[in-house]
Amino acid sequence: MSSSEPLIRWSWIGRNWPMIWDLLVDNAIMALLPALFGLILALPIGLACARWRFLYQPTFGVMNVVYSLPSLAVFIVLIPITGLAERATVIIPLTFYALAVLIPAVVDGLTSVPDHVRQAADAMGFRPLRRLIQVELPIAVPVVLAGLRVATVSSISLVSVGALIGRGGLGGLFITGWQLRFPTPIIVGIVLVVLLAVVADGLLVLAQRLLTPWARARSAG
Amino acid sequence: MNWLIEFFGDPARWSGPYGIPVRLAEHLEFSLLALALAALIAVPLGLLIGHTGRGAFAVVIAANAARALPTLGLLVLVMLLAGLGTLPVLVPLVALAVPPILVNTYEGIRGVDPDLRDAAYGMGLRSHQVLGRVQVPVALPLILLGLRLAAIQVVATATVAAYVGLGGLGRFIIDGLATKDFPSTIGGAVLVVLLALAVQLGFTLIQRLAVSRGVSRRVKGR
Repeated sequence: MSSSEPLIRWSWIGRNWPMIWDLLVDNAIMALLPALFGLILALPIGLACARWRFLYQPTFGVMNVVYSLPSLAVFIVLIPITGLAERATVIIPLTFYALAVLIPAVVDGLTSVPDHVRQAADAMGFRPLRRLIQVELPIAVPVVLAGLRVATVSSISLVSVGALIGRGGLGGLFITGWQLRFPTPIIVGIVLVVLLAVVADGLLVLAQRLLTPWARARSAG
Repeated sequence: MNWLIEFFGDPARWSGPYGIPVRLAEHLEFSLLALALAALIAVPLGLLIGHTGRGAFAVVIAANAARALPTLGLLVLVMLLAGLGTLPVLVPLVALAVPPILVNTYEGIRGVDPDLRDAAYGMGLRSHQVLGRVQVPVALPLILLGLRLAAIQVVATATVAAYVGLGGLGRFIIDGLATKDFPSTIGGAVLVVLLALAVQLGFTLIQRLAVSRGVSRRVKGR
């Protein structure tokens, strides 16, 4: 890198904006789908673990192991199956990381429902399924969403490692910048990844407010 | 499977400056240094804000935002600006390790039963004694959890250092990918996974030894 090179060349951003935008969208898709799939899978698995406690320890152990697998290593092991530079190669491992965060969150959320609330629902004649959907799940929302926030933010930043196997959303800018010894794309990439994460996190906080109106009513009055 | 036998069965892989033992040592060096630095920053800070309750909101928000920092991007940027070396690789790894340690240390101290804390004050302990003799031992399981999560992420992510030409187990992965030597790539990946599992196991043992019996019995009873 020559010393005359400025830290950021604004003109480069303007010229390459369409490409940057495509990477941003690709990054968002590859990060948000795993968080969504993770949530869809974690709900039934977490329910089963909360219902049958003996399932919890083994599931938790497996998830601990999954969490310790390095993303780059998993991408590479998947390449022969899903292909190099394919979205699926990135989405599948990230779904498992999301699961590792979300299953404990679902279990903790459901066990945080006070017993007297459950009994009150029973006494009002709720059948187990209706009690689950109308009483237990809404009460579990804050804990589950806290897990979903961590899962979403980490998958947004983990996607960029996929650049090393040719499909990493904004991570592609890190490779470009490194190969050209040119800091602008790297800085743009880091800033956009963090921005994407902050926006997604903010939307989830908003979702939590909408899903749990009683929390606000209680703190207000 | 044949790839694994080809990789681990080759005696040349086990010796010399590019062999598995040397790469493993390099990997451990980055990881341990980064974890130690992160712990030096995050544990005292977490203890302080957990104990005093001051600045907690800002620190937790900042820690959560820091989770979004992409390690690969930070690594190439620091390398580009500061040049090759062990120190630059530590920057992104420390940035990765600080948030989980900080948040869990803080949550651990904050979660200590206030009755317990007040009882300790009532017995005449000073503020730092309450922290050291009551709050830290009770919060130790969570502090260790934070360190374990950080250690696993650091070990797993230190592979990326190889991309900018540094050593470590990532070399087998990146070089294998570049030269279409899949046994090397898969073998390197398996080594990193084994190392991460060893870290997991190590922390389970530390937890058994370090956490006071009274505390671990209470945690299990819940």
